[in-house]
Amino acid sequence: MIGLVLVSHSARLAEGLAELAGQMAPDVRILPAGGLADGTLGTDFDAVSAAVDRAESGDGVALLYDLGSAKMTAELAVEMLGDPSRAVVVDAPFVEGAVAAAVAAQGGGDLDTVSRAAVAAGAVAPDAATGTETGTEFTLTNDVGLHARPAALLARTVAELDAEVTVRFGEKQANAASVLALMGLGAHGGDTVSVSATGPDAAEAVRRVDDLVARGFDE
Amino acid sequence: MGCDAAGVIAAIRSAAAVVDAHRDELVNLDREIGDADHGENLKRGFTAVVSKLDAAGDTPGAVLKVVASTLISTVGGAAGPLYGTAFLRAAAKLGTAVAVTPGSVVDALEAALEGVVARGKAEPGDKTMVDALTPAVAAARAAPGSVADVLRAAADAADQGARDTVPLVARKGRASYLGERSAGHMDPGARSTALLLRAFAEAAS
Repeated sequence: MIGLVLVSHSARLAEGLAELAGQMAPDVRILPAGGLADGTLGTDFDAVSAAVDRAESGDGVALLYDLGSAKMTAELAVEMLGDPSRAVVVDAPFVEGAVAAAVAAQGGGDLDTVSRAAVAAGAVAPDAATGTETGTEFTLTNDVGLHARPAALLARTVAELDAEVTVRFGEKQANAASVLALMGLGAHGGDTVSVSATGPDAAEAVRRVDDLVARGFDE
Repeated sequence: MGCDAAGVIAAIRSAAAVVDAHRDELVNLDREIGDADHGENLKRGFTAVVSKLDAAGDTPGAVLKVVASTLISTVGGAAGPLYGTAFLRAAAKLGTAVAVTPGSVVDALEAALEGVVARGKAEPGDKTMVDALTPAVAAARAAPGSVADVLRAAADAADQGARDTVPLVARKGRASYLGERSAGHMDPGARSTALLLRAFAEAAS
């Protein structure tokens, strides 16, 4: 299983994000590497390197970062590994990307899949006016609606497909690849959401969402 | 200086002394367009470097590799990975040679520049250390003569390159957040690059 290292200038930011992402991916090794050893803000190369070692379980490690020099520290840690192909620094939004990467890793994705999931989490939801679109409406039958676990399940389901999937609830819309955006819709049990998709696998994406909703997200 | 490991160690000690002497200047430059930590961060890094020099190795490349890993681990901010990468790539270029030559110094400077550009994604004109290092490499490449001559040409060009950052608007790093307000100040990274090259040149003379 792919491991994750969260490189931040702030220890608390890295730890909080590891906690958040870990809740949706209980089996993934998610290591925070934030702040300097003396507790001040900064990125610590030795801490990042040590975290990469501990996150590695044999399949590879994805590193996410918050700001510019955290990226450089992460890249340097990868460059100085014995085998740089075992780890990759992903250009993705820190919070969204880490959650999406964790969900993809939990689903058994390889390093490339996990990286792409993180990058896709930053993509803007497609404009409804463009592209051939397919979609439908669903009433959520599970109690909690699109809360963390169902949102993660939904994101993982569409991440496997070549389709841009948008979920709308009331005035809000979310890219279905983004767990946090889905949660941010605030859709609860009994609420009706609309799901639309574009791309080659659009119809299959809608069919799978339909299936997930019908199963009550396996709750 | 000699061109062997002992000579390189002496040059690094000189650089550490120069960084110490210019700590406040670099802090003040960085206060104007950054977060005021460049001087203190570099001083901390080079103080740590000096404590490791006695056991740093018996080739110039080995010494520079110790400098690189120590700076990476102690400087922090963007300067840590950038200077770390510069010394690391220079060390790799020198390999296991027991002494530096004018040609190998130029090659090492060029490798350092390539590393900094790859790591920081900055181009000339972005108001970064690349604006000092790029002309330094070109001048070193064009300079005939000894190791000292090559380094002096590099230091002169880096001084000019650092001065030339004053009117620029930053496009990389913390200063870029200031936009137009970053103009009118010398870039602290370009200044520290020029200071280091001057220290190496004087140690070699």
